[in-house]
Amino acid sequence: MHMATTLTINGETKSFDAPPEMPLLWVLRDILGMTGTKFGCGIAQCGACTVHVDGKAVRSCVLPVSAVANRTVTTIEHVGSTPAGAKVQKAWLEAEVIQCGYCQSGQIMAAAALLAATPNPDDSDIDAAMAGNICRCGTYVRIREAIKHAANGRQS
Amino acid sequence: MNAHNSVSRRALLTSGLATGFLLAFHLPLRAAANEPVQPSDTTEGKFAPNAFIRIDETGRTVLMMPQVEMGQGTYTSISAVLAEELDADWSKVEVQHAPPNDKLYGNPTFGLQVTGNSNSIRAWWLPLRQAGATARAMLVQAAASQWGVEPASCTASKGEVAHDASGRKLGYGALALAAQGQTPPKDVALKDPKDFVIIGQPLKRLDTPDKVNGKAVYGIDAILPGMKFATVAACPVFGGKVGKVDDSAAMKLPGVRKVVVLDDMVAVIGDHMWAAKKGLEALKIEWNEGPNAEITTKDIWEDLRKASQKDGAVAKSDGDIAKALVSGDRFEAAYELPFLAHASMEPINATVHVKADSCEIWTGTQIMTRVQSEAAKAAGLPIDKVIVNNHLLGGGFGRKLEPDMVIAAVKIAKQVDYPVKVVWTREEDIQHDVYRPVYRDQITASLVDGKVAGWKYKVAGSAVLARWLPPAFQKGIDIDAIDAAVDAPYDFANFHVEYVRAEPPAVPTGFWRGVGPNNNVFAVECAMDELARKAGKDPIEFRKSMLTKNPRMLAVLGQVAEKSGWGQKLPPRVGRGVCVQPSFASFIATVVEAEIDDIGEITLRRITSVVDTGIAVNPDTVKAQIEGGLIFGLTAALYGEITIDRGRVQQSNFHDYRMMRINETPKIEVIVVRSGEAPGGIGEAGVNAGPPALRNAIYAATGVALRRLPIDRKLLAAGKKA
Repeated sequence: MHMATTLTINGETKSFDAPPEMPLLWVLRDILGMTGTKFGCGIAQCGACTVHVDGKAVRSCVLPVSAVANRTVTTIEHVGSTPAGAKVQKAWLEAEVIQCGYCQSGQIMAAAALLAATPNPDDSDIDAAMAGNICRCGTYVRIREAIKHAANGRQS
Repeated sequence: MNAHNSVSRRALLTSGLATGFLLAFHLPLRAAANEPVQPSDTTEGKFAPNAFIRIDETGRTVLMMPQVEMGQGTYTSISAVLAEELDADWSKVEVQHAPPNDKLYGNPTFGLQVTGNSNSIRAWWLPLRQAGATARAMLVQAAASQWGVEPASCTASKGEVAHDASGRKLGYGALALAAQGQTPPKDVALKDPKDFVIIGQPLKRLDTPDKVNGKAVYGIDAILPGMKFATVAACPVFGGKVGKVDDSAAMKLPGVRKVVVLDDMVAVIGDHMWAAKKGLEALKIEWNEGPNAEITTKDIWEDLRKASQKDGAVAKSDGDIAKALVSGDRFEAAYELPFLAHASMEPINATVHVKADSCEIWTGTQIMTRVQSEAAKAAGLPIDKVIVNNHLLGGGFGRKLEPDMVIAAVKIAKQVDYPVKVVWTREEDIQHDVYRPVYRDQITASLVDGKVAGWKYKVAGSAVLARWLPPAFQKGIDIDAIDAAVDAPYDFANFHVEYVRAEPPAVPTGFWRGVGPNNNVFAVECAMDELARKAGKDPIEFRKSMLTKNPRMLAVLGQVAEKSGWGQKLPPRVGRGVCVQPSFASFIATVVEAEIDDIGEITLRRITSVVDTGIAVNPDTVKAQIEGGLIFGLTAALYGEITIDRGRVQQSNFHDYRMMRINETPKIEVIVVRSGEAPGGIGEAGVNAGPPALRNAIYAATGVALRRLPIDRKLLAAGKKA
């Protein structure tokens, strides 16, 4: 049964019909046309679909859309408007982290949530926050470096 | 796919294979290629001196990319090569995916529009420099004729032509129309590499700014008006077919539009992926599993071990191997590598709109023209009625050298009148891959005076190239399967290499990042470590003593020993392992330092790699490719194995087909040597380096000589012996 759902996504109110159990990932990609958030595994193993719900990093591929009604959703398209997100995006480009880039929406969302909560993460904080995000190109060394640069506000 | 980097080509020449091989490789393929069509963009109002360069009146410089961007940085490197000789303003350079056209954009090595074998820069290095230099000469001619001066009295730099004597300057935009009327000069001079201003700089990548904000568009992101979404289930048994399908429950689900039954696959089309997925789950499918329903990996291995006992086709034989092997200390070993899936982060997908007289495709592929011709066959249309729109690839790794996903999507799209985006679940992606084959590499060697006197090497495994590019398979030799074996870097006086073609039943095999050198660099470098121990020598000193004719390899090996702290004391159960490799015409030496705990679990502590890839077009990309390639290869060594039971792949997603993660990643130092040699390949080389270097570190730490991947922790628990 489809139901009209209303969500606040990236500061805008969006209304659409979707089954309540439909994961947020597919609402974003296939109903709202917001393709920056990626499908990788469908079982919360890879982190490619990471978005923020009330500022926390969550896996949208297993998150029923009904669970986020009346909550604030931020995606990669808008994370640059948050201070932590903007710092992370800048550091990512300065460290030239990205290769194929497919997982990097999720990596950036996870890193932005980490920095918003823990402004000066150490290696174990980075491991804990980022180990849920797989990068098949193997950009991990630069992800770690970029998070540290973003935290310190250093220029590379 | 291996084709010929300069090293293996030389090796093939000496073995007498090359003449027939090269003729077969180039001539028929070129003749059979698609008829040329004009590039899709209009060149009106632009300077378009060739298929690669478009400059409009504002000076906007659009470069058409014959190779595809799948993370390896080729869009930036290809652009740098063109822009260097064009003397373009780098800040005005933009890139576009080229349309399918072998005549205009065919990779010069293959005669086909293919991205693979780490050869984009090697193949295009001279042709694109010539294209850039010719265009530059035409812009200079246009300015000189406008000013009434000699072209030789003008210079070009950063998108401008200048006449220093009179102080006049014109931008490329202002010259675009006049340059379009110039006759292209023949035999333009190329720059001396010491004058390069773009090549060799650590360039910022052109594709990454849109990858931090969700704007980058991959094949899976295509959106079309009226588009629906499909997902598929293929017969779980290799080669099996669809029997009966009961779709009554599925068709009742909201958002499910149609069930499409193909020969070996069922698709559900819905309003979104979720509806398609729920619909697929609700189907009752009976499969005709066919003759492969009893296949197991265990049987495949027994067959391969048996096949590897046979004599193979001789790829190379120098000296007197029979005599050499009966002298000195004899060594025998066999190394075995498993099936692997590609698991690109972007799951397999293709979007297709089939109309009465045309077929349009949106996807990310490494084989533009083959996708076009295969889609034409599937759609029942002439090739020129098939439009292929390529995209950024969310990883390729060789999986997207296959057209199967596009063929299936065309067959599905033929059943409906709207565009349909077909996306495979991760489970389908892993269970219906085209797998890296199982290989068994046997080595028999003899040691005399602490050096290898005889080396007999036999590869047994799939001939991927024979399927993928049949004319390249000559005299029983698959040059991909033996790559980095026939051109092992060491001075072996008596040197013999054979190949046994052994195809696993039913399991499709294909190219996997690192290709042939993955199996051979592993086996060669493992054996070299075991031989060093037998000779009572340090692994690096042992290798050095047999690299006297290979100065580039010797130099990187010496440097990696120094940078990695080789020889410095380590705690118990910590070891360093080395790997040297001649793959893709790059010379790389790598040291991995690893710790093995008492239950056999492995911690990577540090990796050092020294790389001589000739002229590094973008040195930062060379570093990034080695860093990432190491992780890709080490992931396989630590975890990678596809197993088969009852004809089915047993792994399905990242929980049971594991990937290395950030918490397992050590410090990686990559040193890129400055070199004036022609560029080598780099996108796959790091993959070759990790597994043997780690295995040799484990050997140093525990004394256990592993001969199979992935690494079996049980063999490494404290107290185990080799």
